[in-house]
Amino acid sequence: MVANRSFNIGRLFIYACLAAFALFYLAPLYVMLTTSFKDIEEIRSGNLLALPQDPTLYAWIKAWSSACTGSECQGLAPFFMNSVKIVVPAVIISTVIGALNGYVLSKWRFRGSDLMFGMLLFGCFIPFQVILLPMARLLAELGLANTVTGLVLVHVIYGVAFTTLFFRNFYVSVPTELVKAAQLDGASFFQIFRHIFLPVSLPIFTVTIIWQFTQIWNDFLFGVVYSGPGTQPITVALNNLVNTSMGGKEYNVDMAAAVIAALPTLLVYIFAGKYFVRGLTAGAVKG
Amino acid sequence: MSVSKAKKPMTLESILPKIVLAPTTAVMLVCMYGFMIWTGALSFTKSRMLPQWDFVGFDQYAKLFSNPRWDVALNNLVVFGVLFIAVSLLLGLFLAILLDQKIRLEGTLRTIYLYPMAVSFVVTGTAWKWILNPGLGLEKLVRDLGFENFEFRWLVEQDMAIYTIVIAAVWQSSGFVMAMFLAGLRGVDDSLIKAAEIDGASKMKAYWYVILPILRPVFFSAIVILSHIAIKSFDLVQALTGGGPGYASDLPANFMYTYAFNRAQMGVGASSAMIMLMGVLAIIVPYLYSELRGGKNGR
Repeated sequence: MVANRSFNIGRLFIYACLAAFALFYLAPLYVMLTTSFKDIEEIRSGNLLALPQDPTLYAWIKAWSSACTGSECQGLAPFFMNSVKIVVPAVIISTVIGALNGYVLSKWRFRGSDLMFGMLLFGCFIPFQVILLPMARLLAELGLANTVTGLVLVHVIYGVAFTTLFFRNFYVSVPTELVKAAQLDGASFFQIFRHIFLPVSLPIFTVTIIWQFTQIWNDFLFGVVYSGPGTQPITVALNNLVNTSMGGKEYNVDMAAAVIAALPTLLVYIFAGKYFVRGLTAGAVKG
Repeated sequence: MSVSKAKKPMTLESILPKIVLAPTTAVMLVCMYGFMIWTGALSFTKSRMLPQWDFVGFDQYAKLFSNPRWDVALNNLVVFGVLFIAVSLLLGLFLAILLDQKIRLEGTLRTIYLYPMAVSFVVTGTAWKWILNPGLGLEKLVRDLGFENFEFRWLVEQDMAIYTIVIAAVWQSSGFVMAMFLAGLRGVDDSLIKAAEIDGASKMKAYWYVILPILRPVFFSAIVILSHIAIKSFDLVQALTGGGPGYASDLPANFMYTYAFNRAQMGVGASSAMIMLMGVLAIIVPYLYSELRGGKNGR
């Protein structure tokens, strides 16, 4: 009896802790959403946790189409589009290159390929500060300074280390005997890739694409350094919007803008969370 | 018969793997390692607005370390790094162990704990900037509850601003640590706990003496990843405090950005970047070394 009782109290404690922390993690999202539907008057008079009394879309419309992000006041819409234009090509190119590289590094190893792998692995960890200045010079030389193309290029270059790693670690588990057998049957390098590797690659493509999408959409450093006034990605625009101090501070607009900037990656997370987590833990937890 | 066939692809086919890998190799050599050397060289010159190649030895480093702002940034990195790593580890481990107790709604809870990882640090910074806002945020909420003298203005206090960055960073990254530990716990054989319990150990003791030692590699990886996040932290500071008040909450990455791109002091910017690289190397090299060696032994 006694054991049973303490067991129940223990369970209760566990659930209470878990629920409390769930609230801690959810609170900022809740506050962002509720604030974004309030008008400025209600924000001043009410408190952080109150639900909006009289929900309005004012802040959302302003954040999307007319809020100031520095000297311009076009809202986030054009910058959202910039981010899309940067993310889509960068994700596709870096993923395709990563798949081919990973295929070579896992099944076609040659002298020096392990060194190459080590170099790539190390590349995943370097602080980008160390390449910012020369990269700015290179982009200027190529005439790509402050362009969307330039940002795509930068994201591809520094994303390939990750994508290669993902694919390499995945393809290592494809039995080498399969490759050998196909070779004996006269299959070529690319035929083996197409007929043996591609058909089993859906999960790793999903993981890689989600990883790259999240990384590049959320990037701020490259965005702030390599973009110009018309080519800024959404993270940079959001930061400018929040820190533009013209007139009174409109926290509801800030919050609506933050949710807009977060929405694409949040949706991916909600609908493909499993793959998102796999990407996060790939390489982190061995095996 | 088929053996002779296998011998045939010794031409283009046999160098195809190298051709596929060549562009990446070339780009890596130039844009990663070449650029690193370039920045390193730059840090020994007196470059300001534009790169120039008058070598001045360690002058820029001397300048860097006599700069009070760099001093603040380094101190902040220590405070931020230690707290961020320690709290994230403890919280992540705690949540993982709780979640490992055959919890109902485990999937939902996991999703909730981890979603901050999906949003950018700029969004996180924006949200917490509003919540911690002295006038209308948390302070007002608590005052409205009846504690009229409650004060919470870390965001605008010189000595405390760095702790707001810790709070936001822990909020964002601890769920990830939880996921790592949970994956680790799932790999532990259940019978180990059962055996310990049969031997009369309490659940607490079973975790402490049996499970935690098994999770050692996860601790190791988590610390490496978190310290790596800490050293590279830039966006969160930029969005949450802007490095302020003044430069009280600057981290090295913010210092580097300010000097290299806003103040046209390339030499100082480059030397601060090199110091950051050293910091990362000190953590990563031993880690990669043990990982790669471990891999070789396994083969």
